[in-house]
Formats: sequence, structure tokens, C-alpha cells
Amino acid sequence: MAEFKEISPDASAGEKLLNWVDNRFPASKLYKEHLSEYYAPKNFNFFYFFGSLALLVLVIQIVTGIFLVMHYKPDANLAFGSVEYIMRDVPWGWLIRYMHSTGASAFFIVVYMHMYRGLIYGSYRKPRELVWVFGCAIFLCLMAEAFMGYLLPWGQMSYWGAQVIVNLFAAVPFVGPDLALLIRGDYVVGDATLNRFFSFHVIAVPLVLLGLVVAHIIALHEVGSNNPDGVEIKGPNAPKDANGHPLDGIPFHPYYTVHDILGVSGFLLVFSAVIFFAPEFGGYFLEYNNFIPADPLKTPLHIAPVWYFTPFYSMLRAITSEMMYVLIACVLAGAFFGATRASLHKLVKGGIVGAAVVVSLLMLSIDAKFWGVVVMGGAVVILFFLPWLDNCAVKSIRYRPDWHKYMYGVFVVNFIVLAYLGVQPPSAIGERVSQVGTLFYFGFFLLMPIWSRVGATKPVPDRVTFTPH
Amino acid sequence: MKKIILSLALALGVVAGAQASGGDTIAWDKAPNKTNDLGALQNGAKIFVNHCLNCHSAAFMRYNRLKDIGLTEQQIKDNLLFTTEKVGDTMKANIDPKQAKEWFGATPPDLTVIARSRAGHGGTGADYLYTYMRTFYRDETKATGWNNLVFPNVGMPHVLWELQGVRRPIYDTHEEHGHQVQTFKGWEQVTPGKMTALEYDQAMGDLVGYLQWMAEPAQNTRVRIGVWVLLFLVCFMFIAWRLNASFWKDIK
Repeated sequence: MAEFKEISPDASAGEKLLNWVDNRFPASKLYKEHLSEYYAPKNFNFFYFFGSLALLVLVIQIVTGIFLVMHYKPDANLAFGSVEYIMRDVPWGWLIRYMHSTGASAFFIVVYMHMYRGLIYGSYRKPRELVWVFGCAIFLCLMAEAFMGYLLPWGQMSYWGAQVIVNLFAAVPFVGPDLALLIRGDYVVGDATLNRFFSFHVIAVPLVLLGLVVAHIIALHEVGSNNPDGVEIKGPNAPKDANGHPLDGIPFHPYYTVHDILGVSGFLLVFSAVIFFAPEFGGYFLEYNNFIPADPLKTPLHIAPVWYFTPFYSMLRAITSEMMYVLIACVLAGAFFGATRASLHKLVKGGIVGAAVVVSLLMLSIDAKFWGVVVMGGAVVILFFLPWLDNCAVKSIRYRPDWHKYMYGVFVVNFIVLAYLGVQPPSAIGERVSQVGTLFYFGFFLLMPIWSRVGATKPVPDRVTFTPH
Repeated sequence: MKKIILSLALALGVVAGAQASGGDTIAWDKAPNKTNDLGALQNGAKIFVNHCLNCHSAAFMRYNRLKDIGLTEQQIKDNLLFTTEKVGDTMKANIDPKQAKEWFGATPPDLTVIARSRAGHGGTGADYLYTYMRTFYRDETKATGWNNLVFPNVGMPHVLWELQGVRRPIYDTHEEHGHQVQTFKGWEQVTPGKMTALEYDQAMGDLVGYLQWMAEPAQNTRVRIGVWVLLFLVCFMFIAWRLNASFWKDIK
């Protein structure tokens, strides 16, 4: 426990109050540790806006969500009407609703940019593994949050999108049908599903999400922020001033608070432009079909998830029974590669080969649909392991071999192509492209321990590169 | 790598091509934008209440919201309401939905947000509705005696046929890759309607404008406020930029 501090009787009322609080709650301490004396590298660039923006969007979603719940009715007969009631009869309801629906898409844009920043500057590398892992858990929660929230307007796309995704769980061997039943609470998506999704969307997932955000920030402030150069500004050999503060670091407040306010103004400009001038965003943020009330008897011709899920949806669709042979070949090739490594013990080698054979047999015997689900889930789960897959000698893309830059470039293009194909109705060529894209996506991560070592890295400077503004 | 790029380019090309051909119905006409024209909206509301509301509902739209398009409460009561309804009620169809389903084979859809739900690759929802209302034709093979070019085998009869008159589409038949292909060429007026073609198009423009407005009554408010919000944010951004610069000038 901290020492009880007496304050001079001449002190102002404000100082006395703060002292009173500080003796009972670490208010000043927290403020210093996380804001005024949290030293962040001074060379942050554009990509570093997206962390604080993600926090802003989270707050927007929670606050608008609170107001929406005041008028929304989680009832299969009333839900669609209550959303229209919000859009028409509730004063400013249309604004709150558009903020929330646009906020969902904005959240994913901001988070994808934030993750991309971490990817290219090696922000997941030691000692920031847990920052990354918590971040991936946040992303997973966000996907659950978005998926369940999308059911609530109870339009055709809400309904059939949920139907398709929940049915995927039915493909799990043995427990699948019961699992799907448990999720839906009924044999088809219905009132019970709507009620439980509402419950998860407004309380369960947000609670977990908030906890994870706190953990993400605590972990970050424990190890300190990375920067575009990947130089440790607080390391034992890093240059510091007489007080032990890093020379390349600046206090988060006021420097990054004013900086982030600039970022916020730019973000709000774009965000408001969408809300006020294109809230449907050409059918991507609010799908046209979702203005038709859910009808369990009428399946829409083309069911596509909202844009932010489509890269993963593409990977799901890419797993056809034909594709299974390719995947089996990949598993066996991987096992062969493992078994021929001289460094491993014979028993381990035997284990690898045995496991590969078992997995291949399972892949042959269980429906491809199930493996599609595994691939889709795996595409998210694999992100968690990134810190242990990357073997490059340097963190930042700036000092990696040039060909790594092309690799990351292709990764981004591939992700966008997969997203595009996920929006489109299935086609023969689209299927082939998404299969190649899926292989590339997984190859990028699974082969990273090998390819990340290849090529000559450039010398990393001792200090960050910074030109005064 | 080259293969990937090639197949990618091919994929994009094929998808784009599939979209361009756009199915088997005709292209949608561009609807005039009348959501700011109060006279047109009032005329559209009149057509809507007198004709559409017999079978369709607009269950989320209240009569008194029509004050937004310049009608007074008294005008709404006198001209648009039947005796039993109150001005704060939502717009309900006159027929029983169950009977409607028996008669037409499907329950007539609610029209409150129809203009938003019908948007697609062919254009906006208003474009679709504008085309739909103007492409009914006589088809004796159908139970209702009517068919539609953008909505083949539609269950709805041509309610406004007295206004438009009876028409038949003219097709041009030609051979393409060994198949007989029919392309839509134009209309033949079989019997004249109460309106000329131009008047009818204008009336439908008003009706569709009304449907478009009804789908989102706040849409023009939204745009009007949006301009001010963006102007404010531009000023805010300027201040934030200068504030940031004044702090950061110390950082060497």
C-alpha cells in the first residue's frame, strides 16, 4: 500500500480533493502511467491513428447501442417494425441507427488497418506477443458481435445469413445437429434465436470485448509501443535522458492526444459523409434485401454475408470435395517435410507421419463442408500464432528483404480479391481463384517460419527515423 | 504468379460480364428524382392512398407524417382518411391479407420501404418501381390477365390500366448463335387510357417519388444536416491540425 500523504493546509480545494482521492485510489498514478508519463515513440505514422480510432468506434457503438435498445424489440413479430419505428418515429432515431450500422463497418475498416499495421511493423514480435494475442481475441469477439447484431433488424439477409452460418455448425461430425440446435434454440432460426442473439449482442460479448480491450491496453503499456522502425526505444541499450526517459519517446499526453484528435477529425469527416450522404453505401453497409422482413419460406437467390466477413466466407466456399485432395496433398507434403528433418527424434517423426495419415483419412471420410468450416475458423485462429511463426531477424518491413514487401503486397491483394469473390454469386472461375487465394493465405502463415528467414535484411538504425514537423 | 494474375483478371472479367448482361428482364428506366418536389409528392401520396392502399399496406408509415410534404392535418383528414381511421394511425390495406393471398397467390408486400428494398445492379429501387409501374401488358394466359416486363408472372394485376390503357410489347425476333432471340422494341397501344403516355409517366414519376420519400422520410433532412456537419468538421479539422502543429513544433 502506498504511503498516506498529508497535504499542506494552504493547498487549494482542488489539490486537497485530489490528495484525498489519491490516498484511496491511484488516480494520479494511473493518469501518469497511461497518459502523461507513458512514453510513446515519436515516429508514429498514419497507420498509428487506427488504434485510438478503434476505441472511438467502440464508444460510438456502445453509446448508440444503448439508445437503440431503448426502442428496439427483440421479437420475431416486432423486430423489423421496431427498427422502422426508430427510423421514423423516434426523434433523431435515424441518426442513431445509421451511426450504429455505419459504425459496424467502420469498426472493421479501422480494425483491419490496425491489424495490418501490426503485421507490417512486426508489432506482434517479442515482447508484444500478448498484445497481439489479446488483439486477435478482440477481433474474434468483434466478428461474433457483428454476426449476432446483424440478425437483429430481422430482414431477409439477417435471417438467411444467420441460417446459413448456423447450419455450418451442423456439419461438425457427431455433435453437429445438436450444436446447431443449441445455437438456434429451435429447428430453424426463429424467435428463440433472435432473443439469444440479442442477449449476446448487447451484453455478453460486449462485456468480454471491453475486458479484452483493457487487457490489450494494459499489456501494451507494460511493454511499450512498437514503431514503424521496429526499434526498441525503452530497451536497456536505448538512449535515455537524465531522468531515464527514452530520447526517442514523448509523453502520450499531450503529444499523441492532440495528434489523435487530428486523426479523429479526419475519421469523423469520412464517417459523417457516409452517415449523411450514403448510409446504405451502395448496399454494402445496409443490404437492400434487408429492407424486406424476414420470411422463412422465401430463400433469397443470392445470400452473401456483409462485406467484412467475405474474405473468410470465400475461403469457406473454396473448400469443395475436389479441393480436399489438394489439402490432403498439402498435409502429406508437410508431414514428409517434417519427417525428413534431421534434427527431430525418430518418435516425433513417427508421430508426425501417423498424425498426417489420420488427418488425411478423416479428410477423406468427413464431408468437405465441415472442413470448409475448419478452414474458415482456422483463417482467424492462425492469426493468434503469428508471433511464433515469424523468424525474420528484424521486426519492421522497412528493414526486411525487398521480396518480403512483395509478399505482403500479394497478401493484401489476395485478401481483397477473396473479399470481392465472397460478395459475388458462386462461379466456376471464382471458385478456382478463391481456392488459390485460400492456399496462398494459409501458405503465407504456415510457411512463414521458412520464408521469413530467406533474404538479406537491411541494417536497423539505433534511433528511430524522425523528421520534425 | 503470372497465372494467378491472369486467372484473376479473367475472373474479374467474367463476373463483370455476367453482371452487364443482367438476367432476362429489360433494363430499368431512370426514375425522375422528385423527393424534393412537394407538389409531386402530394400527387404521389394521393395516387398511393387511392389505388395502392386498397391491397398494400404501409404499416410503418403514419398518415400525419404527410405533414412533412406540406399537407395540413385537416387536409389529410379530409382527403386521405376513411372515417374509421385516425390521423396518427399507420397506413393499413383495405383488404384482408388472407383474402389477398387467396386472390393473388401471394400477400401483397408492405410498401413502406419497398423503394429501398428493390435497389440492385439495375439501378435504384425507384428506377425499378418506375419501370415496373410502366411495363404492365395484357397477357391472357395469366389468371389476372396481366403480366409485367421487369417482374415476369407477377401476381398483381394492372391496377392503373384505366389510366394507361391496354398495351402490348413489340418484340424483334432475330437469330443469334443459332437461337431465336427476342429483343424488346417498344409498345403498341391497344386501347387508349384516360391519360396520355406522357401524363401517365408523369403520374408514375410522382407515385415513385412518393414511395421513395416514404421509404425514408428523413432523407432530405439527413442530407441538409449533413452539409452543416461536414462544414463543422472541416473547421474542426483545421483547428485540430493547427493545435497538433503547435504542440509538435517542440519535438526535434
